[in-house]
Order: sequence, then C-alpha cells, then structure tokens
Amino acid sequence: MYPIQAQNNPELDAIREAAHDFAQQYIAPFVMEWDEAQTFPLQVFQAMGEMGFMGMLVDPKYGGSGLGYAEYITVIDEISQVCGSIGLSLAAHNSLCTQHINQFGTDEQKAKWLPRLASGQIVGAWGLTETGTGSDAGGMHTTATLDGDEWVLQGSKNFITHAITGEIAVVIARTGEKGDSHGMSAFVVEKGTAGFSGGKKENKLGMRASETACLFFDNCRIPKDHLLGKVGEGFIQSMKILDGGRISIAALSLGIAKGARNAALRYSQEREQFGKAISKFQAIAFKLADMDTEIYGSELMIRHAGSLKDQGLKVTKESAMAKYYASEVAVRVANEGLQIHGGYGFTKDYPAEKYYRDVKLCTIGEGTSEIQKLVISRDMLSA
Amino acid sequence: MKILVCISHVPDTTAKINFTAGGAALDPNGVQFVINPYDEFGLTKALHLKEKHGGQVTVITFGDATVEATLRKALAIGADDAVRLDGVPTDPMQVAGELAAYAKDQGFDLIICGQESIDYNGGIVPGALAALMNLPFVNACIGLEVDGSNAQLLREIDGGKEQISAALPIVIGGKKGLVEESELRIPNMRGIMTARTKPLAVTPLSGSAALTAASGFTKPAAKAAVQLIDSSNLDELVRRLHEEAKVI
Ligand SMILES: Cc1cc2nc3c(=O)[nH]c(=O)nc-3n(C[C@H](O)[C@H](O)[C@H](O)COP(=O)(O)OP(=O)(O)OC[C@H]3O[C@@H](n4cnc5c(N)ncnc54)[C@H](O)[C@@H]3O)c2cc1C
Ligand SMILES: Cc1cc2nc3c(=O)[nH]c(=O)nc-3n(C[C@H](O)[C@H](O)[C@H](O)COP(=O)(O)OP(=O)(O)OC[C@H]3O[C@@H](n4cnc5c(N)ncnc54)[C@H](O)[C@@H]3O)c2cc1C
Repeated sequence: MYPIQAQNNPELDAIREAAHDFAQQYIAPFVMEWDEAQTFPLQVFQAMGEMGFMGMLVDPKYGGSGLGYAEYITVIDEISQVCGSIGLSLAAHNSLCTQHINQFGTDEQKAKWLPRLASGQIVGAWGLTETGTGSDAGGMHTTATLDGDEWVLQGSKNFITHAITGEIAVVIARTGEKGDSHGMSAFVVEKGTAGFSGGKKENKLGMRASETACLFFDNCRIPKDHLLGKVGEGFIQSMKILDGGRISIAALSLGIAKGARNAALRYSQEREQFGKAISKFQAIAFKLADMDTEIYGSELMIRHAGSLKDQGLKVTKESAMAKYYASEVAVRVANEGLQIHGGYGFTKDYPAEKYYRDVKLCTIGEGTSEIQKLVISRDMLSA
Repeated sequence: MKILVCISHVPDTTAKINFTAGGAALDPNGVQFVINPYDEFGLTKALHLKEKHGGQVTVITFGDATVEATLRKALAIGADDAVRLDGVPTDPMQVAGELAAYAKDQGFDLIICGQESIDYNGGIVPGALAALMNLPFVNACIGLEVDGSNAQLLREIDGGKEQISAALPIVIGGKKGLVEESELRIPNMRGIMTARTKPLAVTPLSGSAALTAASGFTKPAAKAAVQLIDSSNLDELVRRLHEEAKVI
C-alpha cells in the first residue's frame, strides 16, 4: 500500500526514509533497555536535533527545519513505530514548548530560546496540568504575581514531560481570577532559576523512556520579559497550542498502531497451530483486516487535520476528532496485536506487550478521549 | 578538488526479487531501490575529502528517470550536483563508455566508483572506465587520502593490505574501509529540502554500444522445508542423514 500523501511528493518520501533509518539505527537496538531502566536518552534527542527533528515547525531563521504538519506527522509516525516514548517526547518538545514560543513569542524571545530548542541542544517542557486540575486545567492554582520587574511564581505542575532534564519550561499560571479564561498567562522559566525545580520521576506503566515529573515553583522570580504574549492570554494560547499538539499525539498513536500491526502481521505468518500459520485462520486474518482499515482511517483524518493546519485554518474540532479516533484505534490495535501473539505476546521477548503498555497514554495525554468528545460536541452544539 | 562519484541504483538487499514473465528482466514493481552500498562508502569519503580540502562533489548515474530519487538522496547527503545520463543501461562496457564520455573533459581529480554493484555484481565498470580514460585504477580500495596532487591509497589483498601511491587524476573501486558504517550519513531535513534546488542535469547518451545482452535470469531453487528431529532420537537423525540426505 502507498503511504498516504506521499505520492508525487519525493521530499516527503525522503523524510520518511530518513526518519525510518534514524529510528532503526539510533533507537531500535536500545528500546527495551531504556524501557526497563526508565532511561531518558538525552543523546538521542541531540542526534534528532542534527537531523532537524527537534525544530520541525520552526523557521530556519531560528535554526528550525521550517517544515509543515505533513512532514512533522511523518517523522512522529516513523519514530513512534519503533518507540512510543521517543515519539511522545519528540511531540511534546516540538508541539508544546517549542511551538508555544514559536507561535506567541516576540522576535527577541524567539531568537533567545528557539535556536537551542530547534537544534536539540536542549529539550523543552510545557506545564499546564496540576495535581488538582487535569482535564479542568483552567482551574489551576499556580500563581504568578508581578513584583517590580519580576514575576513571582508559586505552586506546582504535575505530569510534565521533561520536567527534570528540560532546560526551559513554558508554564501557564494564574494571573487573574479563578473561573476567568483570561485569568492565566504563559511564562518561560529557565532551569537554574532560584525556587524552580523538578520532582521525582514518575514510575509509569508505559512510555517509560519519556521523562515525566512535577515542577515546583517556590517563590520563583523570573524577569518580566519572560511573559509570552499578553497578560491574561496564557490559557487561550494553550488551547491553540493543543489544537496542533493533538495532531502530533494522533501521529504518535498512528505510529504505535502501525508498529503493533506490523509485529502482529509478521508473527501471524510465522506461528503455526493445527498444522498451519495462524494467519490462515479467518478469525486472525479478520483482526488484521480491522487493524489495517482503522489505521488507514486514522491516517486520513490526521493528514487532513494536518493539511488544514498547514493552510492556517482553525482545526480545533478536526484535531480533536483525529486525536480521539487515532488513539482509540491504536489502543484496539495494540490489544488485538497482543492477542494474536498469544502467550508469547505477554512476554518481553516480543514487542507486542510494549506497544500495549505505551499506547494507553494516547487516550489520556493532551486531553482524554472524554475531553476530546467534549470539544467535538461543544463545537457541534454551538453551531 | 573535483570529485565524481559514480552511483549505481540497486534493489535494497532485503527486497524480494522477481523477474518478468519468461525471466528476461528484473521486475521493479514493489522493489525499493537504494544507493549501491559500496558507492555510499565512496560518496561519504568524497564528502570527507571535500570538507578537508574544499572542492566539488558531483554524483552521476546512468539510468532512466526512476533513478532520480537515488540521485536526490545523494544530494541530500551532501553532494553538490548530480548528472543523469539519460538511458537504460544493459551492459557494463556501455556504462563505462558513457561515464567516460561524460567525464573526459570535466577535469575531475578523483573518480570514485564502488567495487561492484550489488545487483548485477559485474565488477567491471570501474576498471573499464579507468581504461577508457587512460587513468590509474585501484580496486578494492579501503583507504584514500589526498595530499596535493597525489593520492595515498590502501587496497585490500588476500590476508593483508597494500599501500599504493598514485598521481591524480585516478579512478578507484571502493568499499567499506574508505569510511566505516557508523560514518554513513542519514540525510537531515535541511539536506533533503536543499537537495530539491541543487542542480540535476539530464544529459543525452553519447552512443556507447552494449557489447553483451543477457538472454534470461533464473532464481536459485527454493530451499526444501527444514525437518526437525528430536534430540532424543539420534538414531533416526543418523539414518536420515545416511539414507535420505546421503551426506554421511
Ligand atoms: C506520560 C504523561 C505525560 C504528560 N505530559 C504532560 C505535559 O508535558 N504537560 C502537561 O501540562 N500535562 C501533561 N500530562 C498530563 C495530561 O495532559 C493529563 O493527565 C490529562 O489531561 C488528564 O488529566 P488528569 O490526569 O488530571 O485526569 P482527570 O482530569 O482527573 O480525569 C480523570 C477521568 O475523568 C474524566 N473526566 C474529567 N473531566 C470530565 C468531564 N468533564 N466529562 C467527562 N469525563 C471527564 C477523564 O476523561 C478521565 O477519564 C501528561 C500525562 C502523562 C500521563
Ligand atoms: C540483461 C541486462 C539487463 C539490464 N537491465 C538493466 C536495467 O534495466 N537497469 C539498470 O540500471 N541496469 C541494468 N542492467 C545492468 C547494467 O547493464 C550494468 O551492468 C550495470 O549498470 C553495471 O553493473 P555491474 O554489475 O557490471 O557494475 P559494476 O561494475 O559491478 O559496478 C561497479 C561500480 O560501477 C559504477 N556503476 C555501475 N553501474 C553504474 C551506472 N548505471 N551508473 C553509474 N555508475 C555505475 C558504480 O560506482 C558501481 O559501484 C542490466 C544488465 C543486464 C545484463
């Protein structure tokens, strides 16, 4: 089958091949080792920086690759077929931290932070979620108050990707009234700032090579010009950032689903029971057919949302739909993929169990499936 | 320094190879093509030399439009410009003749070929090219350094290495050792996007004749199924090896 949207697009083909070759050489041999030890392999992100993967959407003027969502989706898809954790970290770095500065920063702010982010010299974090407020992010407790020429941050963020290793974090904090969507603002906080620290790494079911931890702000003072955009716009900015981010989590789901499908397809042709390959049983072959069809459907949705985004159109609903569908598909595919492996799929000798563990994040991160349905139905009902 | 890297566009080593009806020609359907691995070592070496001494790296392939993706990849990896000799090659002397006709007036200091192509495995083009251009030739080349107008080369020989020096220009048939596998470059995003705008000249053939014509291809016979005999049943194993396989 042709990769979708790669026909007559030799550059996209070349990018797919490069991302595939990179994943095979720099990621595939170490996947289980990193997973078991919960290693966040910083050197891989530096190597991805040299590839241009760490600043996919950033203008070359700031050291980025200056590409669009078509190329970005392709890279996340290929990397995630091999390792969901690396795919997740790559997506969070590009879509959240880097993109927030890219989209809402001034020229000076972009010149200050983007070159190091886009080259992979540093990884970035993005903090919206708190322990008490996940889906209801707008109810956050972390505050920022202006004191002379400095903002003073107080509070904490939870489940933040790259909270420990990230050299900078974009943080959303309350600057106004609770319940007011214009009561929050976005700031850049640099590692090493007094009162700013990362917490203990979460011990997770899956995505174990992607670092997740808390961020603490204890009377943390940052320069006034670390505010991104206007005071009061932080939450609105975040929702716009998530519109793009969800496309990348959908691409992450797509990659994991393809990886799980490929493993199951291979295994079903090798494993024999009752004197024939199990792929010869219709019950197994039909599982493969369902996987392939659903993967095709989610790729079409993701690519469509990406192409709308590339045209500068609003994609709140389309990206929510793509993320919701692709992540639920990926969970089903990883589940059936493991089922096709039987008992061997339950062991760590085959890749099926890792896809099964990693994939569950996709229906949770950057808005749960329930929250995506809220976004979609709200759009329908407000029309 | 002007360097020409001759690139053969070959099926990926993992591709399943089929022939068209009657076994007359390779069926390219569904086959992924890559830069001939020997040529990739040569290309990477050429880029190292350029980085050290300055100059220009040109890649060339004799083939139809389908080889352009391979040339673009070479450009994405770092070559400066590409040439496609427009035609379908059928014989190594024809390939060498066309390459020589193109290269003769271009003033290349170094012409890097692969030791052999991994598809037709002729191992003929580099030597024939050197002969047609009346240039020195070093095959199985695993080391190459240039100082001034001289090249210091290493050639793999049975059980050892031979050190050779030669005045430029020179033709080599290279292989792994020119650079190591870990030095091969995956094209990055900037390389891929700039490759789009680098020159790729399509040049008509000079009319070199093919001296041979293949009349057919056959694949090796499929291997028979493996039979597993339990380790507790050694007598049966010995009996089968003796009576059926007749190897003991
Ligand atoms: C590995 C990992 C990495 C992450 N990285 C980041 C990061 O880099 N930055 C960041 O800011 N956050 C990050 N997160 C946080 C993530 O976005 C949140 O976990 C997610 O938004 C859900 O919030 P919660 O965990 O508090 O769940 P809750 O909001 O407590 O949800 C619990 C359940 O209730 C449901 N629910 C909640 N509200 C409703 C409703 N209104 N209607 C119906 N059902 C509802 C949810 O769907 C869910 O099933 C990460 C999380 C993980 C696990
Ligand atoms: C019947 C038949 C049909 C063929 N059909 C085709 C066909 O459809 N398409 C096709 O591409 N080839 C075809 N070939 C192969 C072609 O004729 C040449 O033999 C081939 O290009 C050189 O192969 P070789 O194994 O002799 O090269 P070798 O001498 O083993 O190659 C060594 C080096 O020479 C250089 N080189 C080789 N070929 C080329 C080239 N084409 N351009 C630039 N540098 C080169 C490379 O550096 C390579 O590493 C066919 C051959 C036969 C016998």
